[in-house]
Amino acid sequence: MNNAVHQPQTVLVLGGTSDIGQAIVSALVSPALRRVILAVRHPDQVETDALQFGSAEIVTVPFDATAVDRHDELVAEVAAAHGDLDVVIQAFGQLGAPDLTDPVEAAQLATVNYVGAVSSGLAVARQLRAQGHGTLVVLSSVAGVRTRASNFVYGSTKAGQDAFATGLGHLLHGTGAHVLTVRPGFVRSSMTAGMPEAPFSVDVADVADAVVCGLRRGRSVVWVPGILQFVFGLLRYAPGAVWRRLDR
Amino acid sequence: MRRRQLELSGWGRTAPSVATVVDADPDELDVRALDELGAPRGIIARGLGRAYGDPAQNGGGTVVRLAPGPILLDASARTVRVGAGVSLDELLRHIVPRGFFVPVTPGTRFVTIGGAIASDIHGKNHHVDGSFGAHVDDMTVLLADGSHRRITPVSEPSLWWATIGGMGLTGIIVEATVRLLSIQTSRCLVHTERVPNLDSLLERMESGDDLHRYSVAWVDMVATGASLGRAVLTRGDHATLDDLVSQDPAAGADPLSFAPPGLAAVPPGVPNVLNRLTVRAFNEMWYRKAPTSHVGLESITGFFHPLDMVGDWNRLYGRAGFLQYQFVVPFEAVDTLRAIVRIVSASGHASFLAVLKRFGPASGGLLSFPTPGWTLTLDLPAGVAGLGGLVGELDRMVLAAGGRHYLAKDATATPETIRAGYPRLDEWLRVRRDVDPAGRWISDQARRLHLH
Repeated sequence: MNNAVHQPQTVLVLGGTSDIGQAIVSALVSPALRRVILAVRHPDQVETDALQFGSAEIVTVPFDATAVDRHDELVAEVAAAHGDLDVVIQAFGQLGAPDLTDPVEAAQLATVNYVGAVSSGLAVARQLRAQGHGTLVVLSSVAGVRTRASNFVYGSTKAGQDAFATGLGHLLHGTGAHVLTVRPGFVRSSMTAGMPEAPFSVDVADVADAVVCGLRRGRSVVWVPGILQFVFGLLRYAPGAVWRRLDR
Repeated sequence: MRRRQLELSGWGRTAPSVATVVDADPDELDVRALDELGAPRGIIARGLGRAYGDPAQNGGGTVVRLAPGPILLDASARTVRVGAGVSLDELLRHIVPRGFFVPVTPGTRFVTIGGAIASDIHGKNHHVDGSFGAHVDDMTVLLADGSHRRITPVSEPSLWWATIGGMGLTGIIVEATVRLLSIQTSRCLVHTERVPNLDSLLERMESGDDLHRYSVAWVDMVATGASLGRAVLTRGDHATLDDLVSQDPAAGADPLSFAPPGLAAVPPGVPNVLNRLTVRAFNEMWYRKAPTSHVGLESITGFFHPLDMVGDWNRLYGRAGFLQYQFVVPFEAVDTLRAIVRIVSASGHASFLAVLKRFGPASGGLLSFPTPGWTLTLDLPAGVAGLGGLVGELDRMVLAAGGRHYLAKDATATPETIRAGYPRLDEWLRVRRDVDPAGRWISDQARRLHLH
């Protein structure tokens, strides 16, 4: 249960090796935080000793975004073992190869980023609804707001995940469960290492701070940095020729 | 039984959760009903929702609101048999015109008898009379097995002292017999004085409190420097008929009249208007308007329940709500008290109302809050960044001084802070597990603080 100053006791990160996911947990550290559950593909490869989130106990559980038939069970097991889930962060996802056009690879990316988000999102929603409280934080991206030729497959998966998350938020309205959809721009992280930076680039810590602020204010969507809401408000309606020129 | 899905929060309007709210008559709650309502996330009773945090909410589970029940006054015994769902407001309207007063009242009439016992509430007379639980003769409690058991401190001492202050986690309090106070008039004779700083306030309270049944100080937590901890100290007693007639001859015709005014209600959707600027201005005005020293008559509402005149005043803190941080430290920990006042004043977190009071002896409730010492209560807007850090710092200071936090106000404590403040917690847990082995009674607070 969150306390009155929005400090959670139990946090589950789906995609627990994600830089952004871990940065959000770090920003949620307080004396109230007791347990962090990192759901990861290979628990044996995660060195939990190297991680520290205040005095919270760190637990890893196996999680495969594509194993959709396991998601419901997994969330239920985590809740049974560790109690109510106050914040769940949907942080897994892949960027895919640059200029991805291989149909099989694209479908695999879509399975992880979109299909996995749908099934794990619904599994989490079921648990939060049963608790009558809790927030699912969904790491979307501005890449899904308007897709670009250079990463449109990734962008399309994020568009799907984003639309799913906001819709889920509407479904859960009044149940005590909430969804916070996060739309960062270019984030300097291990996932984007070596890539040319886009305008309005941010660090993982900026995303984390924006998420904590969004949780405190009970927001349903946050953009990071905030100005991207207005930038993309315009870019969405830019003529195609202009939009293609910008993607260089 | 009426059932609805409702989002509930405490009076501080923080950390809400959604539960099935059931309005029930105590007789309807037999073992079958409890089995059904209790699955899978348990049941907690809720009165008027005036606890500040989450003790009367139960996310995903059931929250029971009892029908008020009877008020049976026994004037010759000076007791009243009263349903747990009856509010102090209803009770006072019944007994004051008949010459009686409740043994303990908090700063609002809008609490139920059940809540008063479960929180073992205190009032301005704690230094003389102790807490509410010290004035209860017997109770009927609905236990987890569906039985309605009538208990006294003699018949079942362990269950009794686990239930007084037990936050409703041993069972649902259904009825209680409460000892009353006889009064000649419905007014109080109140001494009001302005005190320029904290040190003189502490000294004034130490030397003079015992001359009065009621004593409390409002402390300006925004003032700093030489004015740090300046205060308005009010102390009083129930006015006798002679007091009343000598001050206000006309009032002698109806000395026990009791018609509390309800002036205005704050509408929903008001933003947080209690920021550092407005609080500073209000505190300045409050301090300036108080007489340097004055003796006069005040009504029950004016003296005990001034905030009840403004309906839904908690909305003034806006959407983010607020916390009420209340702790007690032993009398000898004056330095801690002084340090806390200084830290809060310097922190920039505006505390609109800060109330200082001296506690007398504890009631004996295993989780009862009051113990001998100084208790300070702060109202802090919850939407301000950095509040968690301030509260954590205060928690450490309070515990280091041998103090504790009030469960009915708590909204930020950890299981460790409560364990450190309540040395008899394990004793309480044993009684609870004995009387409710399946964990039927549970609240969001109980989950958060591991009170189960």
